[in-house]
Parts: sequence; structure tokens; C-alpha cells
Amino acid sequence: MRVGLFVPCYVDAFEPEVGIATLELLERFGLDVTYPFDQTCCGQPMTNTGCHAEAAATEALFVKNFTGFDYVVAPSGSCVHQVRAHLTAIPQTPEVIAVRERTFELVEFLHDILKVEELPWAAFPHKISYHSNCNALRGIGHARASEINAPFYSKPLDLLAKVKGIEVVEIARPDECCGFGGTFSVFEPAVSAKMGYDKVSDHARAGAAYVVSADSSCMMHQKGCAERLGVPLKFIHIAQVLNGAAA
Amino acid sequence: MSAPDDLRIRDGAADRGGLIHPEIRQPDDESERGPDGGRLQHAEATSQPLSAAPKAAQAREPQPRGAKVRGNRPIDQAEAAERFIAAPLHLKAHDERLWDLRKKRDAVAHTIPEWEALRELASQIKAHTLTNLDVYLEQFEAQAKANGVHVHWAADGAEHNRIVHAILKDHGAKTLIKSKSMLTEECGFRHYMDAHGIEIIETDLGERIQQLDKEEPSHVVCPAVHKTRLDVAEVFARTLGTDPENDDIHYLAESQRETTRPYILTADAGMTGCNFAIAETGTVVTCTNEGNADLSGNVPKLQIHSIGIEKLIPRIEHLGVFIRLLSRSALGSPITQYTSHFRAPRAGTEMHMVLVDNGRSARLGMEEFWTSLKCIRCGACMNTCPVYRRSGGLSYGATYSGPIGLIIDPTFNKRKYSTLPFSSTMNGSCTNVCPVKINIHEQIFAWRKVLAEEHEIPLVKKGMMKAAGQVLSRPAAYRAAIGATDSALKVLPRFAVYNPLNTWGRGREMPETPRQSFHAWYKQNRMRTRDDKTGDKTGADKSDAEA
Repeated sequence: MRVGLFVPCYVDAFEPEVGIATLELLERFGLDVTYPFDQTCCGQPMTNTGCHAEAAATEALFVKNFTGFDYVVAPSGSCVHQVRAHLTAIPQTPEVIAVRERTFELVEFLHDILKVEELPWAAFPHKISYHSNCNALRGIGHARASEINAPFYSKPLDLLAKVKGIEVVEIARPDECCGFGGTFSVFEPAVSAKMGYDKVSDHARAGAAYVVSADSSCMMHQKGCAERLGVPLKFIHIAQVLNGAAA
Repeated sequence: MSAPDDLRIRDGAADRGGLIHPEIRQPDDESERGPDGGRLQHAEATSQPLSAAPKAAQAREPQPRGAKVRGNRPIDQAEAAERFIAAPLHLKAHDERLWDLRKKRDAVAHTIPEWEALRELASQIKAHTLTNLDVYLEQFEAQAKANGVHVHWAADGAEHNRIVHAILKDHGAKTLIKSKSMLTEECGFRHYMDAHGIEIIETDLGERIQQLDKEEPSHVVCPAVHKTRLDVAEVFARTLGTDPENDDIHYLAESQRETTRPYILTADAGMTGCNFAIAETGTVVTCTNEGNADLSGNVPKLQIHSIGIEKLIPRIEHLGVFIRLLSRSALGSPITQYTSHFRAPRAGTEMHMVLVDNGRSARLGMEEFWTSLKCIRCGACMNTCPVYRRSGGLSYGATYSGPIGLIIDPTFNKRKYSTLPFSSTMNGSCTNVCPVKINIHEQIFAWRKVLAEEHEIPLVKKGMMKAAGQVLSRPAAYRAAIGATDSALKVLPRFAVYNPLNTWGRGREMPETPRQSFHAWYKQNRMRTRDDKTGDKTGADKSDAEA
């Protein structure tokens, strides 16, 4: 199985250890993982702002980089949702469609494709609060969203349940958006920050020491909010926890 | 959220009543209780008494006002939202009150096994009706006429107002009582009638508060939800002469009731909006909790019903589907206190129905946006919207606020409301609660594209996206922007948030810049082995040049 590793731009720039953990974790399962060296971004900043024409060249580059793999895997629900649902600024050739269909977010790849049953190397003896990125939750179906009347399931919590010693606390508004919203965070700064403050306060009141998420973008925002408020929360990507990070 | 049994989940929210602002919780002293002593969970019972009263009385917080509306200029929703957030007592009460409605909605919806099937059915009934709207409108008109009703057609809000004014003139009517109607808000009905010397009296409590305060409704179901009881006491003291120091909600509600009843008994005409218009019977159905639509329709000798043409449903048997969804979605109650059917004039009275288009048939022709006409105005999307709850409905500067407003308002005025589709994180909760399954967040996304293509987004924003697109599509330029690891600290935060004004840093700390990027780590730690394995030396050399 040939896997192309997509490391989103903000992971590359700010959270390189998330990319490293993703690479190492995939390699633990004996996969042939390649990191295409000329990769940049999925185009989401432009399309989310309505500027599809401005995203076309970036989308074309993405497809060029990731053509030919059995799967493309990224540690971000948000970017994968962009590729799957919104990479439409370029003509939909068979090549483009193939890349879009084969792109998976790490949690769903582990849960649905590899069907991981155990993670013997993983132990995280801490109280954590799990943060669902909205695109991961409602866009690519990581879990049953609280609005929907259907049996509960959660792929990330299923995986975290295989981590020794971990304790998950529940917050008052588990599915509420944290306010990052991509460019929303800079174009509507007051609402964005207030949503972030409420979110990190909710985590802290529930007794979480760590926030775990499958998306670094939400955590970058929440971390900035927590630091500004002086809330002593730590943030760690689910790839790191599943890869056996100690803390 | 419940979780797999094998995972130890501790509910940290339970011990603070599920509030994220526990400090505004009030003692459990004044809401209605059932025989078992438990708090009633019905429509308008408060399940969670909140207080917006500051600890020191002199520090009373003025109500934040809505967006500044300047003609056709784009509404600055972010600016108005910032002022709302700067009023913490209002913000917390608003946020918790509406979140409470969302939680009640979840609780009651989850007791109905076929809930998701009901939503799908309602969505399909609406799709069918809208697809055959001409047929059902003509059927409705014919049936209403057969029932003895005068039927009028209005192409837009102005024509609606002229028609109603003409009816009132014919009868020498000078006063009109009415129940809440978003359609008449769209038409600017009250302002028009004010200018023509007709006295309009809103009979819905929340709408009356807003009328007396000369404000628009901020929410389609709870028009004054952005106001606290202190605000209402101030408005009533100023306009109805109540005791300014008495902010007891029973006193305030009773004052409104006592001052409105005389108008109801003496008004020359009455008007209601319409929740559902049934084609097969020519019936207008209204759903209220106060019974004020019944009073407005049934007391005066002249009654008028204003109907948006998208309110049609084919047959009475379809009504039950929507009634089951409407109040559960809106307030978490099984049904409104009153579900009233208006079909034919009473003996000795006259009944008019005005069918209003006001942009609806144009919207019906918009491939990406026509399903927004399915909306039954329950407000569930507003209650769940994290942006709306922290902005207040008046920050949108439009008749419709919140998620549904973001996708309807630009159909009325693309320039004025060009900013609204950007007042969203597109988290998708609105779509999930919508009882008629409008893909609200996807339409928000689609509107952004339309507005960008039609040059209705600010040039600075467009310029930033163009620059970002150029950098992100060229690996060499991208690597240059990310920079060598040493200088990354200067470049990275700005690059990553595309941020010329540092709005990120106003409310948040900047992310720390790591020692090296993933890209650099990979090159340092993995390229040699990768080269050995694949012989792909050129890739590494090329990237060296870029970095």
C-alpha cells in the first residue's frame, strides 16, 4: 500500500511534530509512506473566502503532488474536507477525481481503512477533553454530531479508548465550534476570540489537563486563547497520542 | 455526547448546570413547577433562570444596539458583534438562553425515533410544493375565494403595503392589531403605516417590546431575546409608564397584556402572518404560544392575513409533519399552545389574504439557493449558531439574522448584505438542526463564491487571497515565505494567518515558531534513507535550492 503523506501548511510551519508523529504512526503499520517534497497547501484559505479562481493553481499542484498513491493521508479533517468536498476550481479530470477520492484524514484512515485494533505502544495517563473540528465532525463524519438523532459513534474516541490510562472528560458543549473558522479568525476577530475563550474555559472547567484534537488549526487558535486568558491547558494532536507520546 | 462504554468519561458539565457561564445562574425560585416539584420544560417555561443583573446596581449595562445601517453600504456585522461582546451581561444571558433552547430541541428531538425521517419528509414535501408552486398557488386562491375570502397578489413589499392600506381605507380603519410576521418586517409594514397615519399595535409580547423600543426583531421566534428583563423594564417604564425599578417578569408581562387588551377590543382591523397555507382548503395556519394571532384574527370585523408564497403546503394531511417539527425545533416543546386555522370570514366580517412574492420567485430560480425557500422560520439555526449567539440578531442589520439570514438576505440586496455570508465559521450545526434540511452552511459557502466573482468582497480581502494563491501554488515561493528556520519567527505567523493588521494577536497569543518546519526535519532526517530507497536525488536537490 503506497501512502502519500500530506502535511498541511500550518502543520508544516507550526506543528512539525504532528507531521512526524503521523509519519511514524503510519510506518508502525508497515506502510510505504512518501512525503512529496513539493507540496504546499490544499487551497482552503482561498476557496473558503469565495476566491475559487485564486485557488486553482494550488489545487492543481496538490493533485500533481498526490497522483499515483493508493491513499493520501493527512492529519487534518479540515484540509481533507476541502479536498474531498471543495477541490473544484480545476477541471474534474479522472486524475483529479482519483486524488480526491483517495484522500483520507488520519483518524478515519486508521479506523476505517486499516481497522486498527490495538495500539500497544500508546499510553497517555492524563485527563483529556477531545475537540472535534467541525469539518471532521460534520463534514467527513468523524462522529455522530449531537444534533442528529442517530446511534452514537465516534471514530477518534474509539481510537483513544485503545490508549492506556487515558481519561476523557465531557464538556458542556462538546460539538460547539471553537471559532477558528480559517480566515474567519482574522476577519471576525472579536467573535472568533470569544468563541475560543468560551471553548477553553469549558475544557478547563471540566477538569481537562490536555485538549486532544485531530486538527492543529483549531488547537492553534485555542492555544492562543488559553494563553491570553491564562488558562493552564495543554494541547496535543491525536496523532501524537496514538503514536505513543508520553505527554 | 455519550461515549463507548469502555471509555471512562467524566461529565464535568453536570455540576454547573451545563452552563459555560455558571456565574449568571439564578436561584431556582420563580419558574413553573409540575406536581412532582420539578421545573416544567414546556415551551416558554424557563428551565434555567439566568440573571443579567450586575452585582452593583449602579453598574447597569446599557443594551448594545445593532449594526449601523447606512443606505446600501455593506453591513459591518463584525463591528456590531464586537460591541455586543463588549456587553458581557447581555452576551452571557443571550448565549445561555439560546443554547438552552438548542439543548431542549435536542432532548425532545431525540425522543422521537423517526425524527430524521420526519425532517427528510418535510424537506421533500417542501421541494415538491416549491417545484409545483404555480399549481398550488392557483389552487389555494380558488379555494380561498370559494370560502368567501378576498385574495390579493403582491409582487413586492411596497405593493403589499399599498394593498393593505387600500383595504383599510375602504373600511375607514385607523387602528390595526397584528400578530408577529417576518413577512411584514420584510415589507417595512409598520414604518409605511406610521407614515400614513394608521396605528399598528403588535400583540406578540416580544414583538411589542421591540415596537415600543423602535427596534427590529432580533430573532424570528424570540424577537427581544437580546434584551434582558432590566432592558424591558426600562422600555416599559418609558413607553407604558410602568415602575422603572420593577423588573419582575410577571409584572412586565402583565403590564404588556393589560395595556394591549384595550387595543384588541377596539381595533378597526386585525392582521396575522402565516406559518402554513394549505392549498387544498385555502386555510391559513398560525402557530403561537400567546394566542395573540387568534385575537388579532378573530376580534376585529376586518381581518387580513399576509402570506409569503413559499408558505404553501399541498394538503391538510401534510400539516402534521410540519407541526411535529416546528415547535420542537424552535423551543424544544412538542407543539405551540395555539395552532389556529383561518379559513372563512365569520358572519358579518370581511377576510382578506395577501399573497406576497417579494423576491421569492426570483430566488426559486437560483439553482444553488432555491431550497432556502423551504424555511419554516423556526429559528433553530440561530439558536445553535455560535456566531449568532455571541453577536445578537441586530448585528446583521437585516430582517433575517443568523444562518438562514446569511443565505436569504443577499437575495434582497447583494451589495448591502455582501458581508453577511462571511459572518460564519461554516461549522454546519445549522444544517444539522434544520427541520427541512436546508444545506445552510453549504449555501453560505456558495454565496461566498458568488460574491467574490461579482466583486462584492473587499478588494483587500481579494488581494490577500490572490497573493496567498500565488504563494501556495509555487513550492519555491512557499518555501521562501516559510523561510529558513532561523528567520521563520518573523515570517510565519503573518504568513499562516494572512493577516496584514494582526487581528489575530488582538485576542490571542501568537503560535510559537518551532525550531524547524516539518519539511526541514524531513529533509534532514529522512531524505538520505529515502534517496537510498528510491534514488530520488533530484527532488532533494531542488528543494535545497528552494529553501
